[in-house]
Amino acid sequence: MPINCQSTLTAPWTCHEGLLYPQGPVSAAEISILIDASLVMLAIIIPTILATLGFAWWFRASNPRSKYRPDFSYSGRIELVVWSIPVMVILLLGGVSWIGSHRLDPATPIESSIAPLEVQVVSLDWKWLFLYPSQGMASVNLLVVPAGTPVHFKLTSASVLSAFFVPQLGSMIYTMNGMTTQLNLMADRPGVYRGMSSHFNGDGFSNMHFTLSAVQPAQFTAWVAQARQAGPVLDAAGYRALSRQSINVVPYTFRAADPGLFGDIVMQTQPPGPGPEQSRLVNVSPRIGGDHAAR
Amino acid sequence: MPPAEGFWGKLSWAAIPFDSPFPMFASAGVALIIVGVLAWVVIKGHLPYVWREWITSVDHKRVGVMYVVLALVMLLRGFIDAAMMRTQQAMALNGPGYLPPEHYDQIFSSHGTIMIFFVAMPFVIGLMNFVVPLQIGARDVAFPTLNSVSFWLTATGALLVNISLFVGEFARTGWIVYPPLSELAYSPGVGVDYYLWSLQISGVGTLLTGVNFVTTILKGRAPGMDLRRMPMFCWTALASNLLIVAAFPVLTATLAMLILDRYLGFHFFTNEAGGNVMMFMNLIWAWGHPEVYILILPAFGIFSEVIATFSSRALFGYRSMVAATMGICVLAFTVWLHHFFTMGAGANVNAVFGILSTVIAVPTGVKIFNWLFTIYGGRVRYNVPILWSIGFMVTFLIGGMTGVLLALPPVDFLVHNSLFLIAHFHNVIIGGVVFGLFAGYTYWFPKAFGFRLHEGLGKAAFWFWTIGFYLAFMPLYVLGFLGMTRRMQQYDVPAWQPWLIAAAAGAGLIAIGTVFLVAQLYYSIRHRDALRDASGDPWDGRTLEWSTSSPPPSYNFAVLPAVSCLDAYWVEKQRATPPSKCHATPPRESFAPSLPRSWALRSSGTSGGLPPLAASGHLRRSWRLPGGTKSRMKYRRKSWRGWMVWIAWRAGSPPIEGFRHERRGRRRAQCARNEAHRRRLRLLDFPAERYRHVFVFLCELRGPRACDRRRPGSPSVVRSRPRCH
Repeated sequence: MPINCQSTLTAPWTCHEGLLYPQGPVSAAEISILIDASLVMLAIIIPTILATLGFAWWFRASNPRSKYRPDFSYSGRIELVVWSIPVMVILLLGGVSWIGSHRLDPATPIESSIAPLEVQVVSLDWKWLFLYPSQGMASVNLLVVPAGTPVHFKLTSASVLSAFFVPQLGSMIYTMNGMTTQLNLMADRPGVYRGMSSHFNGDGFSNMHFTLSAVQPAQFTAWVAQARQAGPVLDAAGYRALSRQSINVVPYTFRAADPGLFGDIVMQTQPPGPGPEQSRLVNVSPRIGGDHAAR
Repeated sequence: MPPAEGFWGKLSWAAIPFDSPFPMFASAGVALIIVGVLAWVVIKGHLPYVWREWITSVDHKRVGVMYVVLALVMLLRGFIDAAMMRTQQAMALNGPGYLPPEHYDQIFSSHGTIMIFFVAMPFVIGLMNFVVPLQIGARDVAFPTLNSVSFWLTATGALLVNISLFVGEFARTGWIVYPPLSELAYSPGVGVDYYLWSLQISGVGTLLTGVNFVTTILKGRAPGMDLRRMPMFCWTALASNLLIVAAFPVLTATLAMLILDRYLGFHFFTNEAGGNVMMFMNLIWAWGHPEVYILILPAFGIFSEVIATFSSRALFGYRSMVAATMGICVLAFTVWLHHFFTMGAGANVNAVFGILSTVIAVPTGVKIFNWLFTIYGGRVRYNVPILWSIGFMVTFLIGGMTGVLLALPPVDFLVHNSLFLIAHFHNVIIGGVVFGLFAGYTYWFPKAFGFRLHEGLGKAAFWFWTIGFYLAFMPLYVLGFLGMTRRMQQYDVPAWQPWLIAAAAGAGLIAIGTVFLVAQLYYSIRHRDALRDASGDPWDGRTLEWSTSSPPPSYNFAVLPAVSCLDAYWVEKQRATPPSKCHATPPRESFAPSLPRSWALRSSGTSGGLPPLAASGHLRRSWRLPGGTKSRMKYRRKSWRGWMVWIAWRAGSPPIEGFRHERRGRRRAQCARNEAHRRRLRLLDFPAERYRHVFVFLCELRGPRACDRRRPGSPSVVRSRPRCH
């Protein structure tokens, strides 16, 4: 039964959005580490909290039955126990950390018989540009991928530091100008997932989301074919217009994109995004300079 | 960088937010309060007293109290920011709320900056200032005037942040100003400049404090107090100040690089010309993570003192505690990378730093267990400080657990920058640092002023803060799992709103708790006679600060105590059977100890004059005003040598001034010692009434029985000179 997540009447815990409902192998593995590690630690922490409250209650000054030991300040046995409990927990979690860091490193490819889809991601002020190098097209604030197919992202930023994040698919990763980061994700089944910038990057930050649609492979092919029929072309001039600051950009697609664009942005052949418009340079009061460039 | 045009540079009437009611009302209110307080001081004739005894004082206790006052005032400012953020987020579903992004972004930036740099830091440093010399049995810190300079530098930074409310803007980049957003290209306004200069100034002050306290603790301890007999709070203060000395230069250098980028066209962190944001992240967190421990370690020290004192027994596992403290001190420098696992540094790097970060949980866990076993076998008296401590132990365990979760790189990939992270660090900073500071504030207040804080109001504040904390921050953990990231001015996910409303309600409870704190202070001052503590030892304390009168005389101890064991004062009290306390003179009516003029160690006003001077200089720079005389400016513009001379002069003069007065301070301390010595030999004749507590203290040193005959109120003591010898 579909749950209407857009209604305020829906109880918050029934809405199957967010991290606890992973939709891909990466997020599923990360959530299971989170839950396992929490359980291991709760096994220590809950008794400790109870002991704290219990000791504090029992050894209250008004309790005549509690034994007063004013000079009990050393016990080798207790010391051994209090050092070894956290050491053992951390030994265990250290192992989890080492294995998890390697298996779930964002740059580690996802094991699959299907060849991964290549997507290049550029964070702009304040929207996302997705380039499909094999398909020769691009989209803004809309990412369509085939479900069940690994996706290999190469990411950079046109201006400031941002982070690419689709909570239900897993790992986030920073995007930085002049540099490339890599990320591998996969959606297990078709669906529409929220994507966002998860690192604050200026006044338009709150509106910098995108939609990730995971569709059946056949639908993906159809979507690509359809997108290549219409829409503008992303060339150098188009990119420069796009890199100006704007917010709340409605998703749209480019029928064709310059295949070297991503490399040009990374190598700064395309200059970094211009930042606030020149007119705002003299407008030192932020309360006046609140208007943003048009969409 | 736009050229400074004309005398006023970038400064114009547009910088004053006439169109926006919030900052206008807030600054008008603040201005009214400041003018009101000043007028009251002047009209009532307190100005000479305030100037001589406080503003220009180099007494570590006065400086400490001023630090704490600064922190409490800034706490109110930072809390108002927090309340605005919580209400904005509770309202801003599918809409702009009441704060536009330009304003909201400043609020979360100033909230973070103020709470860390101008609340937590001054509070911690203030308590260290007040307590450490008393606990180690010293007469003052190693460099008293430098100490005053440190305080006024910090106050100047705080002043600058608050001026930005009214003139111009504050940074819109978050409290860690990540470039390239904080570079001139993306933040052309003056907000980041305000941030940079205020942190540079207060950072220098903090560094000087670090130098001062490392020296004080290592070189200034009372005879017989070797490191193994040092109270736990002093150990944590030592660790914290070692961290300051090692970490704050990194902050200063990093911010200096950003200043060079913004002012002189350098390219340390810009997008172009080889600048690199990753370098900034590494540098700032190489300071930033030790900073966390700079704050929490002294709080751990406070809990160690409070839990042992109110359990009426020795701290369990002192040696373990010291080892854990110093272990954390070292490990603090090995974990900075966990603030950016999501940068894509690679599996080996992430794994190593992840494991090192979790390792810090070991010494911290040991500390928790040792406090637990300190309660075990104790006789716990439920005064306000131990309530904060038990609240801390429970809350910090939860925060520690989520911290270990965040230290696992695969988990961090999911919840980094989310509200889960926000909940975690508020959980450890409020549940750890703030609770500790409140415990310390309540615990040492009677020592500072001679009367206690009201218990009932303190307990009410504790319960409202604690319940409010849980209500405000547990929903943020949930929101992290629901995928909400931090610093959102608006959002379009309805499922988030109920949790945000709950969090806002929690902030409301904390606000009530804060009102109780203010009320407690007000009520206690009004009823100080009823709350008077004449003994100097209201909590049956263990360490040396409780052996002197409350408030202590400016020289702390007429005769330096000789220490032969841990918890020296407690052991001394135990030796006397039945325990009978020596009662010192009830302090005089005034808040502060009144001392002969010649004894008061104070500077010539140099340090007190610092804030206006420094603030004007750095304001000028923020706004690109051509400062000083024309020729000096021209010279500076023309040649590098001019810049260097000028920088050396600006940076060097306060410390040099500090050391100059330091010599005078030391001479006066020597006088005090000589005088005490001569008095002991009864070579000097002076009014017994006035110095009675010195004599009673001397009696006390000879054993309680000697003093029994001279309890206060017994006529022989009141009218005649005490007979010790």
